[in-house]
Amino acid sequence: MFLAWRELTFARGRFALMGSVVALIGVLMVLLSGLSVGLVNDGVSGLKNLPVTAFAFEEDVDHSAAFARSVVDVSAVDEWAKVDGVDDAAAFGNALVNTRTDKGVDLDLALFGADPDAWFVPQAVTGTDVTGPGEVVLAGDVKDAGVAVGDVVVIDQLGTELTVVGFLEGQHTFGHVDVGYVDLPTWQEVHSGVRPGEDVPDRVYEQITAVALRGDADLAAGDAAVGTTSMTLSESFGASPGYTAETATLQLIQVFLYAISALVVGAFFLVVTIQRRQELAVLRAMGASSRYLLRDSLAQSAILLVTSTAIGVGIGLLLGSALSATEMPFALEAAPVAGASVLLVLLGMIGAAVAVVRITRVDPLIALGGNR
Amino acid sequence: MTASTTNPGLHLSGVTLRHGDGDQIVTALDDVSLDVAPGELLAVVGPSGAGKSSLLAVAGGLVHPDEGTVKIGDHELTGASQRDLARLRRTLIGFVFQSGNLVPALAAVDQLRLPLTLGPVEDPRDPRELLEEVGMSHRADRRPGQLSGGERQRVGIARALMTRPRVLLVDEPTAALDRARSQEVVALLARESHQHGVATVMVTHDHDVLHHCDRVLQMTDGRLEEHVG
Repeated sequence: MFLAWRELTFARGRFALMGSVVALIGVLMVLLSGLSVGLVNDGVSGLKNLPVTAFAFEEDVDHSAAFARSVVDVSAVDEWAKVDGVDDAAAFGNALVNTRTDKGVDLDLALFGADPDAWFVPQAVTGTDVTGPGEVVLAGDVKDAGVAVGDVVVIDQLGTELTVVGFLEGQHTFGHVDVGYVDLPTWQEVHSGVRPGEDVPDRVYEQITAVALRGDADLAAGDAAVGTTSMTLSESFGASPGYTAETATLQLIQVFLYAISALVVGAFFLVVTIQRRQELAVLRAMGASSRYLLRDSLAQSAILLVTSTAIGVGIGLLLGSALSATEMPFALEAAPVAGASVLLVLLGMIGAAVAVVRITRVDPLIALGGNR
Repeated sequence: MTASTTNPGLHLSGVTLRHGDGDQIVTALDDVSLDVAPGELLAVVGPSGAGKSSLLAVAGGLVHPDEGTVKIGDHELTGASQRDLARLRRTLIGFVFQSGNLVPALAAVDQLRLPLTLGPVEDPRDPRELLEEVGMSHRADRRPGQLSGGERQRVGIARALMTRPRVLLVDEPTAALDRARSQEVVALLARESHQHGVATVMVTHDHDVLHHCDRVLQMTDGRLEEHVG
C-alpha cells in the first residue's frame, strides 16, 4: 500500500481519467439495470405478484404466445385439483382489449378473467372487489389516466360495458398494458366475441386460457394426466407479448457493457504496467517479491475501482430516481444494482490482474544498463 | 555493523555466463574470479558489451551463472531459489542504477523508506539521518522530477544503503552527470563504502573518477584483468 497510494496521488490526473470512465460505466449500468427491471415489470408485473406457481395451458401451445392462443376446457381445473401436490387450481382467462370509458379516456387493457373469490385474485384497495358480471377492478395506475370508481368502460367492437368498481394497489401490467379483473362468465363472453344481447352458445362458458396452479406438483406428470402443457410462473413470463425479445436485447447490451468495461480497465492497467516496467524491474532488483508487486498493484486497482464504481452508481441512482418519476418503464431494485457493481469491480480486478501477472514476470535485469 | 562471518565481502570464483543458444552463444563472463573486501571500492572499466553489466547481474543474484560460485560472506547465491535470492537482495545487497532509477511518485525521503516496505529488514538506517549524510536533507520532500541528476544519484545511493547491505553494486553512476557532479558522486560512494565497511563494485566508463577507487580492474570480452594506465 505504501507505493500504491503514493502513485495514485502522484498520477492523479491519469487515474482520475480512468476513474471517470469506470464511473460512467457504473452510471450506464445502473440505468440499464433500472430499465431492464422496469421493462420486465411493465411486461409481467400483473403476473409476477400473483401467488401462482404455474399455469397449465393448452397442450402443445406455442410457448411464446401461450397467453394469447391457449384455450383449455374448464374441466381441466377439477382434474388438476386432483393431481398430487396441487394445493389449489383455478380458472384463468386473458384477453387484450381496446376500450374507451364513458368519460372518453382510451384504455388498453389486459382483461384477466377469474372467479372473484379465486385464491390468486388480488384485493382491491380502492372501491370494492368484483361481485358479479359486468364489473371490473383495474390496476391502481389507471387512476392517473383519469378513471374513477363508477366510470363505465366500453370495449371497442363489442360494445360490452364494464363498470369500474375498484382499483388494485400500484402497478399491474401485462404486455405493457394495464390489467383489469372481471369475473369468469364476463371474460368468456368478451373472449368469444359475444355482443351484449346476443345468444351465448354453451361452449363459450367451457373455455378458459389456462389453469392457475399453486403447490409443488410434478408438472410433467400432471400434464400427462390432464392433457395440458404447463409452465412455471417465471417460464410463463416468456409467453407474454414481447417479453423474451426485450429481456434478451437488454441482456445482450449488459453483457457487452461488462465485456467492454473489463477490456477498458484491463487495457488501462496494462498500459500503466508497461509504463512502469523499468521501475518494477528496479523494485525486483531491490528484492521485492512477486507477491509484493501483485499486492501493491491489486490494491491500487481495487481503490480505483471501488471508489469510481461507488461514485458512478451513486450518480446512476440519482438519475434513476428522477427517471422513475417519468413515464419511462424504469424501476430500481437493490439486488441487480448491487450485483452489477460487484461484477464491475470484479471484472476490473480480473483485467488488472491479467496486466499485473505481466508485472511479476518483469526481468529485474532491465534495471541494469537500461536507458531511461 | 560487524559481520560475524569468517569470510566477509564479495567472492566470485570461476564464474562463467553464456547468453543465447546453438550457434549464437556469447560468453558474457569467462572464468571470472574476484574478491572484494568490506570497505573496498572496486571499479570495473571496459568497453560496452565487455560483460560489465553481466558481472553486476551475477554478483547481485539477478542471474545464475552457468559455472562458478558467488558468495556474500557465508551466503551462497548460486543455487539459491528465486525467493531466497529476493530476500538476499533485500538484506545483503544494495543496487545503485544509472541516473538513480528512482520511483517517480516518491519524494526523496520515501525513496529511502521504500526498501523497508519490501520485507522485514533488521536494524535499518534512519531515512532522515541518511539523507543528511549524503547531503540531501534539504530536498527530502522533492520528487525525482524536481531533483537534478546529481541529486537523484545521491538519493539512489542513500536508498541502496538503507538496509545496511554488505555489498553495493553500482552501475554507471556518472553516466548522466557533468564532470563536477561525477566527482562528487563517486567521492560519496568511496566515503560511504569506507565508513560502513561495504564491499562496493562500480562499473563505469568514466576514467576521470578512478582516482577515488581503491582498485581498478579492466574487463575485456568477458575476462577480468588488471587495469593498465
